[in-house]
Amino acid sequence: MSSIQSALNDFASLDALATQQTALSGLDPRAKVLATLGFIIAAVSFDRYAIAALLPFALFPVVIAVLGEVPLKPIGTKILVAAPFAIMVGVFNPLLDHKPLFEIFGISVSGGWVSFASILIRFALTVAAALVLVATTGFHQICVGLARLGVPQVFTTQLLFLHRYSLVLAGEVSRMNLARELRGGAKSLPLIVYGPMLGHLLLRAMDRSQRIYQAMISRGFNGEIRSSRVLHWRTSDSLFLAACWFCFMGARQFDLSHLLGAILLGRVT
Amino acid sequence: MSQHQIEALKLCFTYPDGHKALQGLSFGIGQGESVGIIGSNGAGKSTLLLHLNGVLRATAGEVRVRGVPITAASLSEVRRTVGMVFQDPDDQLFMPTVFDDVAFGPINMSVPTLEVQSLVEAALSRVGVSHLSSRPPYRLSGGEKRAVAIAGVLAMSPSILVMDEPSDGLDPAARRRLINLLKGFDHTKIIATHDLDLVLDVCSRVLVMHHGRLEADGTPNVIFSDSVLLERCHLELPLSRQRQ
Repeated sequence: MSSIQSALNDFASLDALATQQTALSGLDPRAKVLATLGFIIAAVSFDRYAIAALLPFALFPVVIAVLGEVPLKPIGTKILVAAPFAIMVGVFNPLLDHKPLFEIFGISVSGGWVSFASILIRFALTVAAALVLVATTGFHQICVGLARLGVPQVFTTQLLFLHRYSLVLAGEVSRMNLARELRGGAKSLPLIVYGPMLGHLLLRAMDRSQRIYQAMISRGFNGEIRSSRVLHWRTSDSLFLAACWFCFMGARQFDLSHLLGAILLGRVT
Repeated sequence: MSQHQIEALKLCFTYPDGHKALQGLSFGIGQGESVGIIGSNGAGKSTLLLHLNGVLRATAGEVRVRGVPITAASLSEVRRTVGMVFQDPDDQLFMPTVFDDVAFGPINMSVPTLEVQSLVEAALSRVGVSHLSSRPPYRLSGGEKRAVAIAGVLAMSPSILVMDEPSDGLDPAARRRLINLLKGFDHTKIIATHDLDLVLDVCSRVLVMHHGRLEADGTPNVIFSDSVLLERCHLELPLSRQRQ
């Protein structure tokens, strides 16, 4: 199986995980969306040199993944795939910020390196939370939840199409790549071949999206995706959301890593 | 008022690139008729089908559904009346589960939620795939996808079924199940296909298309005994007839 095909299967399987019955599947998608949103806001609101205080936040995606029976390994791989973007954002910090913050074994560590590490941690936390949200809720339900929370239809429909068409496009890429491999071998083709290939890909994807759209309007689609599932906000949803937000506020307000260290070393004041 | 369920009057269509796909087709199809549309690749079959529920709009001439011309105002009623099953079920199945996908049409028609449930269950059991209800469509086999795509259209309770290559890509057993299913429908059926044996089995009338024109219109017996016509339109005798 080509790497493109396996990446595609991975992507589709993340969404398929949401169909399994777990401790979390009874929750309203809005509760999960709001909890994740609270998590992301809390995680990015720290001061730029925060590292230790951020670590307790890693518990949230892990706990949700365990409750939602989401395997951790594919989540980890996907975070790595997206990592270059975060590295690009933070890579110049060590060059710009030379202020020494502390020393480890006699080596002085500058503020730039600390803030770079902080960016990477925040990136891993927020992306993990978002991936776990998709894997426990399903992309479609997230969009339904967002729409019910008052996000304009035009955005939620766009999101759904983006999700649907990215699978379509990836399918075209993998078929085209297979055809290339079968007749061109594993060796790379001259650059000049890739131009027409990309052009073809664009035309094929456009044709296909046209057909999908025609199939949709044939069944009465008028620009609004409606779900058959009625959302019910229950007490358990309020409790889940309140518990999540309470934990995030606690972890934001108090440096739990610091407190734990102090307790272990018997320096509680 | 016409007694025709669906009627094409001097239908012409030219694609934006100048390709003349339909060049003045006229025909009428009555209640409960089962009509096969045959013709070589590029004869205009798929283009014609897309006109029957207003996905494409004629550059000249018109299509009437139960006597009403297809216009922007009648479009939603037309799409409720004319159910279209696409050639590639993957184009049609895009919701996260089979249930959601079959429910897509009825929900868009603003059917109350409770009724949607029973409509979907009835449609799935009609095509014999009730057990797939909670599965994601992209994990199904070709035959299962086809059945779900048909259920998605049946759930809208159309009185006319339009199908593009329904037996395309099916194994012999799945194809046989499809043929039996189609024979059991009392809808008006319009089926574009290269599967001439399916036409013999299911259809009581055949339209032959060639280069965007209607070359012949008659019963399967008459059409399939005209070897000159078949050769001119790049067609052959159905396999079951070749053996005789």
